[in-house]
Amino acid sequence: MTETLRFATRFGVGAAIAVLVGCGGQSWNNPYPARDALANILYTSFSERPKHLDPVQAYSENEYVFINQIYQPPLQYHYLKRPFTLIPFGAEEVPQPRLYDAGGKELGAGADPRSVDYSVYEIRIKPGILYQPHPAFAKDGAGKPLYFNLAKRDLENIHTLADFRTTGTRELVAADYAYQIRRLAHPRLHSPILGLMSQHVVGLKEYAENLRQAASSIPKDGYLDLKQFPLKGVEVVDKYTYRIRIRGVYSQFIFWLAMPFFSPIPWEADRFYSQPGLAEKNITFDWYPVGTGPYMLTENNPNQVMQLERNPNFGGETYPAEGAPGDAEKGLLADAGKPLPFIEKVVFTLEKEGIPYWNKFLQGYYDASGISNDNFDQTVQMTSTGDVALTDAMRDQGIRLETSVATSIFYMGFNMLDPVVGAPGGERARKLRLAISVAIDQEEFISIFANGRGLPGMGPIPPGIFGYQAGEAGINPHVYDWVDGSARRKSAEIARRLLAEAGYPNGRDEKTGQPLLINLDTTAGGVGSKSRLDWLQKQFAKIDVQLVVRSTDYNRFQDKIRKGNAQVFYLGWNADYPDPENLLFLLYGPQGKVQFGGENAANYSNEEYDRLFDRMKDMPDGPLRQSIIDRMVQILQRDAPWVWGFNPKDFSLHHAWVFNRKPNQVANNTLKYQRVDPVLRERKRIEWNRPVVWPIAALATGLGVLLVPGIIAYRRRERMAAK
Amino acid sequence: MIAYIIRRLLYALPILIGVNVITFALFFVVNSPDDMARMHLGVKRVTPEAIQGWKAERGYDQPLLWNSGAAGADKVRKTIFFEKSVKLFAFDFGRADDGRDIAYEIINRMGPSLAIALPVFLVGLAAYVTFALLMAFFRATYIDFTGVILCVAMMSISGLFYIIGGQYLVSKLWNLVPISGYAQGATGVKFLVLPVLVGVVAGVGASTRWYRTIFLEEMGKDYVRTARAKGMSEIRVLFRHVLQNAMIPILTGAVVVIPLLFMGSLITESFFGIPGLGSYTIDAINAQDFAVVRSMVFLGSVLYILGLILTDISYTLVDPRIRLE
Repeated sequence: MTETLRFATRFGVGAAIAVLVGCGGQSWNNPYPARDALANILYTSFSERPKHLDPVQAYSENEYVFINQIYQPPLQYHYLKRPFTLIPFGAEEVPQPRLYDAGGKELGAGADPRSVDYSVYEIRIKPGILYQPHPAFAKDGAGKPLYFNLAKRDLENIHTLADFRTTGTRELVAADYAYQIRRLAHPRLHSPILGLMSQHVVGLKEYAENLRQAASSIPKDGYLDLKQFPLKGVEVVDKYTYRIRIRGVYSQFIFWLAMPFFSPIPWEADRFYSQPGLAEKNITFDWYPVGTGPYMLTENNPNQVMQLERNPNFGGETYPAEGAPGDAEKGLLADAGKPLPFIEKVVFTLEKEGIPYWNKFLQGYYDASGISNDNFDQTVQMTSTGDVALTDAMRDQGIRLETSVATSIFYMGFNMLDPVVGAPGGERARKLRLAISVAIDQEEFISIFANGRGLPGMGPIPPGIFGYQAGEAGINPHVYDWVDGSARRKSAEIARRLLAEAGYPNGRDEKTGQPLLINLDTTAGGVGSKSRLDWLQKQFAKIDVQLVVRSTDYNRFQDKIRKGNAQVFYLGWNADYPDPENLLFLLYGPQGKVQFGGENAANYSNEEYDRLFDRMKDMPDGPLRQSIIDRMVQILQRDAPWVWGFNPKDFSLHHAWVFNRKPNQVANNTLKYQRVDPVLRERKRIEWNRPVVWPIAALATGLGVLLVPGIIAYRRRERMAAK
Repeated sequence: MIAYIIRRLLYALPILIGVNVITFALFFVVNSPDDMARMHLGVKRVTPEAIQGWKAERGYDQPLLWNSGAAGADKVRKTIFFEKSVKLFAFDFGRADDGRDIAYEIINRMGPSLAIALPVFLVGLAAYVTFALLMAFFRATYIDFTGVILCVAMMSISGLFYIIGGQYLVSKLWNLVPISGYAQGATGVKFLVLPVLVGVVAGVGASTRWYRTIFLEEMGKDYVRTARAKGMSEIRVLFRHVLQNAMIPILTGAVVVIPLLFMGSLITESFFGIPGLGSYTIDAINAQDFAVVRSMVFLGSVLYILGLILTDISYTLVDPRIRLE
């Protein structure tokens, strides 16, 4: 028996080592194939499967991270310049709108928006752009589409798009951009911006209705040929030119042209994917994009890995030669003029949990990472000057830190329809809102719950967007004082005084003597949120106001917001584009959530503000627009429909072998600019991940040692039984 | 036996209908079709028309259980419940609310789930039974006491601790296997070592104690005394007779879970990056995807019923006295 055990132990250890050694010449814990050790690949992750990859539907960050590398809208943002600057992508140049009156007479660029009946964006695209290789473009010997009439037996061996053996391509034409604008109105695609664009693109609303009627007369999954349905507001002028006609003036339309909603889509793709039998294999347009951008999706397994590979037909774009001040010193212009993209392949691995993700980053298996609260102290330290810096351990690993303020705001909204905190409460409610605004110490919140990663909000506009005022000019004078060169929150005493002026001395209604209760509706409520909610209740308690937390599920919360049944709530907004209109509209009266179903969840309404908004939204950036925005922000700061919350700061880490990373809060098509040094990466991976084999030997020895007394005891017992 | 199996399968029908009704009721108490549409369409710029269109396309614009506006049998047939439930009984799961084919997803995810769950089950069962027999053999000795204390300690520790601890020790500190990931074929073995090891170790405490109790009870019986009196070695008594006679309770706990191995484990798969079925249901609940939720609950019920029938059948294999009639 001892011999048997000895053999088993040796065999077990031997087999384990053989399996591990069999992993190849790389580190044993390397999760990637050995053949990719020195490949020009960027390794990153995703935590949630994207819902849509069709650019007509996709509207969230976790979708844009993929499709923005694949599609080529007419415009894009300059990678390095700040403030954010639009530059051509698919287009030859950034189009300037031509303005016309009701008689069709062209007006000058500075025409009064009220006299403009419609404006026209004429977009000329670059010739010679080719689509990625795709079976929708495959042709047979006679030049006819090869895969447009797939029978059931043709699909027997088709499981993914890669199973189609033949692919083809064709040149991008202006009609493809026009086709995508028609797709916005497709009744089965439910584009989130159809409602908005129907207000602006001439004829789109009627077009959507026509398509709805047409779709009702064909089978549920049938092919609706949009080419048969012309759209009045979009005209294809020639092979490389198209025009979009906009009602009146809509200055922000130019920003939409940099979003995937306006990417070119070949009609062949829709035709190909609409064939019966493909959807059952999850081969749909929503799953397998077809673009002209720098990358193409070659593996789409959102349960495990998604892979982008360089589009062999992409070309002509080079790394920018200009940047923001300081970029050259950081080495961000070293690759100026070199053709894009630099990286051949990008591997996105699904990592749902933060711990394995973080450890794999530290082992060198992910090239970049954010910083979670759990890892913050391990990663970042505050310097004596109050700046942030990496810890020694991170610096020793060659890790680098990039920070930027997000073009987002998290705020606490007051429901302005509420009789206690809203407009019906008049001046009394306004002072109550201001008292609460002063009492909630955002600086403390940011310090405790965001590890200092945020800027206290002074108004709705975050830094980096035109209209934001830094320094003394930008502070909220109702909540802060400017002291010794920085903003200092007013004291709780001021808040209590405001509360007394509001008719609630010591937190009690001066008429009824009843304590003042404020109800917070929130989806937070679990153990993880308890500390935040406790903290918030303490902030209210500073001015003797009781905060009642009404935790609810997401559906009920949204329902309360829609119906105006919430009193106080937390929400956030991430700017779609870098224009103040996209933030100031959140408090624009005609966007009221209850009355109009818009995005103004506070249901705030102020005539002067609305009038200024109408004036400001179509103005070019400049001193006049700034002065109007300043006035609008002043109105908001005085009325305090929101507690201004904070603008989050993003912290991003990357290894020494990753180059050209610069945070860009607006653009998502940034992978093409990045570069990696795979040789350095592999060297570091091997250095950091040398296998430690003694635990295996120790375990085997330990088991053997444990067995000895057992065997002795067994023999003794057997002998006793024999006696 | 065939008649028995047919009868059991027929009994399963009302159970499955009941499960469907309860799933349906619980889901729609929390989520309305409008909520589902909003969840799928996103929170930004969603219009009432888009919500209506989304519901109509997926059949969620009908009444939930009773269509008073319809005539005759359509009062029942033209409802969300009927249209979404009946096809399940033909194992036609249809498409998820995001448009993906559910059967395709289930088939693709079952393999990875099984790749972890099956070795954990087999290695674990062998290890737990062996440990339990050893403890039973050394009953009332220091080995037994130490083993019981160890088991109680191990079963008191959260499963998450084993996962995080295992990843830290084996993958981070010793760099022996990848922390997480998955690959098919032989290259995938390195990804399975740690989750299987963790799965087995995490179950040692509870399972070994349970089997030890069974064996100790069995060892007190007359036939064991007789076997010893005949001079049979203790190892032979344990592995030949005690183990065989303890098979009924072992099978009761073990066979019933075999079909459920396909369903995977949420936490293990999540931490080890295994693209299995474990997270499919919870992701669907979070995404308010009723099509997936009902399919997975239905599948889970079917597999559980199948497990119970298999358990009954397995009794006849280990105990000739049992007949299924």
